[in-house]
Amino acid sequence: MSSTSAQTEGKARRAARKSGRGKAGSAAARGAPDSLPSPDHHLSLLRQMLTIRRFEERCVELYSSTEIRGFVHLYIGEEAVAVGVNQALGQEDAVVSTYREHGHALARGVPAEAVMAEMYGKATGCSRGRGGSMHLFDADRRFYGGNAIVAGGLPLAAGLALADRMRGSTHVTCCFFGDGAFAEGEFHETANLAALWQLPLLLVCENNLYAMGTSLAREHAQTNLAMRAASYGMPAWTVDGMDVLAVEAAAQRAVESVRAGNGPHFIEAQTYRFRAHSMYDPDRYRAKSEIEAWKGRDPVQGLADRMRTDGRLDDRTMEELDKGVLGEIDRAVRSAEDAPMEPVADLLRFVTSAPGSTT
Amino acid sequence: MSTRRSSAGAPPPTTYREALREGLREAMHEDERVFLMGEDVGNYGGCFGVSLGLLEEFGPERIRDTPLSESGFVGAGIGAALGGMRPVVEIMTVNFSLLAMDQILNNAATLLHMSGGQLGVPVVIRMTTGAGRQLGAQHSHSLEGWYAHIPGIRVLAPATVDDARHMLAAALADPDPVLIFEHGSLYNAEGVLDGTIEAVDLDTAAVRRPGTDVSVITYGGSLPKAMAAADVLAGEGISAEVVDLRTLRPLDDATIMASVCRTHRAVIIDEAWRSGSLAAEISSRITEQAFYELDAPVERVCSAEVPIPYARQLEEAALPQVATIADAVRRTVS
Ligand SMILES: Cc1ncc(C[n+]2csc(CCOP(=O)(O)OP(=O)(O)O)c2C)c(N)n1
Ligand SMILES: [Mg+2]
Repeated sequence: MSSTSAQTEGKARRAARKSGRGKAGSAAARGAPDSLPSPDHHLSLLRQMLTIRRFEERCVELYSSTEIRGFVHLYIGEEAVAVGVNQALGQEDAVVSTYREHGHALARGVPAEAVMAEMYGKATGCSRGRGGSMHLFDADRRFYGGNAIVAGGLPLAAGLALADRMRGSTHVTCCFFGDGAFAEGEFHETANLAALWQLPLLLVCENNLYAMGTSLAREHAQTNLAMRAASYGMPAWTVDGMDVLAVEAAAQRAVESVRAGNGPHFIEAQTYRFRAHSMYDPDRYRAKSEIEAWKGRDPVQGLADRMRTDGRLDDRTMEELDKGVLGEIDRAVRSAEDAPMEPVADLLRFVTSAPGSTT
Repeated sequence: MSTRRSSAGAPPPTTYREALREGLREAMHEDERVFLMGEDVGNYGGCFGVSLGLLEEFGPERIRDTPLSESGFVGAGIGAALGGMRPVVEIMTVNFSLLAMDQILNNAATLLHMSGGQLGVPVVIRMTTGAGRQLGAQHSHSLEGWYAHIPGIRVLAPATVDDARHMLAAALADPDPVLIFEHGSLYNAEGVLDGTIEAVDLDTAAVRRPGTDVSVITYGGSLPKAMAAADVLAGEGISAEVVDLRTLRPLDDATIMASVCRTHRAVIIDEAWRSGSLAAEISSRITEQAFYELDAPVERVCSAEVPIPYARQLEEAALPQVATIADAVRRTVS
């Protein structure tokens, strides 16, 4: 059932060429049919991935200086998945994510200011300081969070897809989750339900080979996740999650098909987190050599190298890109620092929907 | 509350985490039917480091890493207990235990009764509870009171290094399901183990600090706050007696009432929400059993009725604090 990323990419490119839909996430992707994505498109992907990378690196600093607290799970190494998948989604589509969701939120277009302010626990944060790193939300962008119960977002995503279908829209719901979540009953219940009801749901499993300290082979009796997903009666395949173009192509193909009414689809993106599970984790369970080997497949570097080889990127452009990204993150940090705190008098706000809600 | 050895030197200071680990090691050594399972308990050493080193000592048969599947492995623990083993199941936090609540309530707590006394379930389930670390609303709740609502299980809340060290053995000796709640803020707490204690009983609450003016009744992560408040109040001439419940089900009514009869005032500190809480249950029992002894209404200090927020100032305002405990006591005695 799973195909190689090369096959996937080829097929998906063909599918993408046939269609003009579902690309609102990236203006550049709306290139003329029958042409490869334009150089600008590559640059846009690079910029988005770099933004996530630099954002996360800043989080490391801010966590060390205790500006941000709680459990913080970084996305460094996995940027290609969020960015690639988001290219296939339109503004009206919905996204459900996990606690490792800074990248999903940024790729979705949630402003870096709002995400950073949330981690500072400020009133301008995208969850008004109540959520923190693990609970980013943005209803306007149909970004439904930010869930710290492993697999907890999956049934919710099926429900969003059901609602869209019942309301007669052609929107797609995309749910991100990990290889660990795949072991939870909620994944299997959701997969069955979604296939049974042919819901417009894209399941994106970010297989980074570890659920906290437990490696894939120690958490799954059968490690071919796409094959298991396929057993629920949905198209399922595996893609190289370190290659943003491959992820994009696979997502385009899947979203097209979901939108066309072919029920849920499953994509396993094979990826790796370069840093520990969370800032709290001493990362004692992985060999340094394994981490280094995966760093050799850095998705940001990978795309940049490819663009250089193709003559689409030079040192000056790269420098300017990085400068622009770092400037954006500096501004996000400054605005988070300057933002007001939520007043303690508002502690009981938003517990119910009643105006000035208490309890 | 404890059995003491006659002669033993004072052990060196230990953390709550190390005390729990020693309890586990002892249990594993003493009974080969005992095994530990849960997410990341082995290779990782436990999400809060409680079982660090145990995999190396006891091997993967007895220190079993499980996939993410709370309902599955808690249910398997219940089944293994039925099958003659003595499983200790670790759930990372009480919020995640909700995925296993069906197994705990519908199987563990009911099998003995439903089977007319045939099927005992000697399982021990440990988990972290509580807030105070800016972990937000899906990692910070105190739901032990929900479990204390359920007949058929025993619910423990060790708050001191001695209880952390010794409660497990007593829990394993219990023929029925026992849930142990470890407050996340206690793992790094240090104390000197009382080397004379050989075993603790699980039926009695403990008076941690004697006093004459008011009974401050609490458990778990709120105990250090209550003790600190008692210090503050002592400086003002108010003598607070601090009662540590230790066991949340069954409650030790006798110790609670004896204290209230001495002080004639009660303040209950419970990090859970106030409505329908363990604090409500205790307050109700005091009015039922010691109403005519009271010189003031029973006070409660609980968490604000809000999903625990991330932002520091909001989280602090949501939880019982030394200052709010001291205020409640002052109101009661004034
Ligand atoms: C129901 C539940 N159980 C346990 C946890 C603790 N926990 C948080 S993340 C995690 C690992 C999840 O791994 P995976 O799904 O692969 O996602 P990744 O962190 O690798 O992105 C665990 C065990 C949790 N948050 N929720
Ligand atoms: Mg993973």
